[in-house]
Amino acid sequence: MKKYSVFAIAREAMRGHKGWEEQWSSPEPKKEYDVIIVGAGGHGLATAYYLATVHGITNVAVLEKGWLGGGNTGRNTTIIRSNYLYDESAGIYDHALKLWDGLSQELNYNVMYSARGVMMLAHNVHDIQVLKRHVHANRLNGIDNEWLTPEQAKEFCPPLNTSKDARYPVVGAALQRRGGTARHDAVAWGYARGASARGVHIIQNCEVTGVKRAANGAVMGVDTTRGFIGAKKVGVVAAGHSSVIMNMAGVRMPLESYPLQALVSEPVKPVVPCVVMSNTVHAYISQSDKGELVIGAGTDQYVSYSQTGGLHILQHTLDAICEMFPIFTRMKMLRSWGGIVDVTPDRSPILAKTPVPGLYVNCGWGTGGFKATPGSGHVFAHTIARDDPHPINAPFTIERFRTGRLIDEAAAAAVAH
Amino acid sequence: MLLIRCPYCEEERPELEFRNAGEAHIARSANMAGESDDDFEKFFFIRSNPKGIIYERWRHMHGCARFFNAVRDTVTDKFIMTYKAGEPKPSNLPKISNEVVAK
Repeated sequence: MKKYSVFAIAREAMRGHKGWEEQWSSPEPKKEYDVIIVGAGGHGLATAYYLATVHGITNVAVLEKGWLGGGNTGRNTTIIRSNYLYDESAGIYDHALKLWDGLSQELNYNVMYSARGVMMLAHNVHDIQVLKRHVHANRLNGIDNEWLTPEQAKEFCPPLNTSKDARYPVVGAALQRRGGTARHDAVAWGYARGASARGVHIIQNCEVTGVKRAANGAVMGVDTTRGFIGAKKVGVVAAGHSSVIMNMAGVRMPLESYPLQALVSEPVKPVVPCVVMSNTVHAYISQSDKGELVIGAGTDQYVSYSQTGGLHILQHTLDAICEMFPIFTRMKMLRSWGGIVDVTPDRSPILAKTPVPGLYVNCGWGTGGFKATPGSGHVFAHTIARDDPHPINAPFTIERFRTGRLIDEAAAAAVAH
Repeated sequence: MLLIRCPYCEEERPELEFRNAGEAHIARSANMAGESDDDFEKFFFIRSNPKGIIYERWRHMHGCARFFNAVRDTVTDKFIMTYKAGEPKPSNLPKISNEVVAK
């Protein structure tokens, strides 16, 4: 792997940019690997990267039915934060946030992590109580989160409507300054480049159609559209399709898959300096470096794999955006799209061993998995390499739905479910 | 937005009138306190989440307010049929084409 640097740019500029190499190779699948990761999204590629860099396991294949980073990694609204209520969640999301800081240097790839601050608005007394509880819980866990008055919120985000006669007036806000955004595609590409350089095979257009198990129940490998590929360890990181893959191994999951939509506006000059979220009116917004307003909507109410959702869901979100930011009422929207998110009953992910020996699963991130990408890959690689969870993901088992030891993050997406 | 046929009102109405109520044909135990942890997990948390045909409950919230069941394809979101609550799970599903039928 040739390192990217200012000197590399200068050198290539001198010779007509003929020396740039492919960022990752596209090898033919081998008959057998030590580890197979199902799903080349951010979490799957990060898992492969940390298997190679931290655990020295490089005989790894990442299988992807479509193209790399083409699922929810390329469809999310790129928000990063770690201000979750419970200790277990604080542990895993802040582990990720610490890795975001410095990820571009680690990968030698600009993931454009921008700690521009994530501000969550309070519109009523109940919001104030809930958000202040979060502020205090976060600070006890060593996570930055602070309370702002409406005046301070307005100062931090000038286009925000804080007038007292708004339909849902802003009465305060919680601000996590380390929160922000990153370039979602670059995260997948950076991890893919790093993993590929260390010998990991990334195999695109290769859909898993079955999971083979030996007589003793253990995993032997997977059937794919490109034939059988053997492995004693298989990690399923398939987002909305996780329960489909797990069913192939005979494991029924506490998951339901829903469409989640987002949309972007025409590009404009910098106007929203941070990420603004509102649980009560149900909208979140930030501005990409290209200038588009990036707006996230809620899930549809029914199980679906269609990667589209109802128009009324987007309309509802835009109503809220126009309420919070009246200056955007005449903005034109450019594109909208949907992704399929796998939601657990307690709105917390599952990163765990499964009842099947050699089968591991990293799923259930629901509406907010992007922010956890580095941390999720890091601890999931540990779980696969050691056949034992990292202390950070130890609470995120499948068995918690039998024992009742839930991690009940109703605020997982900071929106009302 | 989906168009959903309420089997009680016998009318196709927009999705906004309805509330999805999750997977259908999950029997609630008559003796909940006596359920084992395994059985309770299956009843309460485990879902089939199929990619394909789903049997699900809907409620005509802003109409007759009654619960009913539907069969839908989760890949196309097309409804295959709806039927009244309490009726058995249909075994022979009518064929549905993904082509738009010319009228």
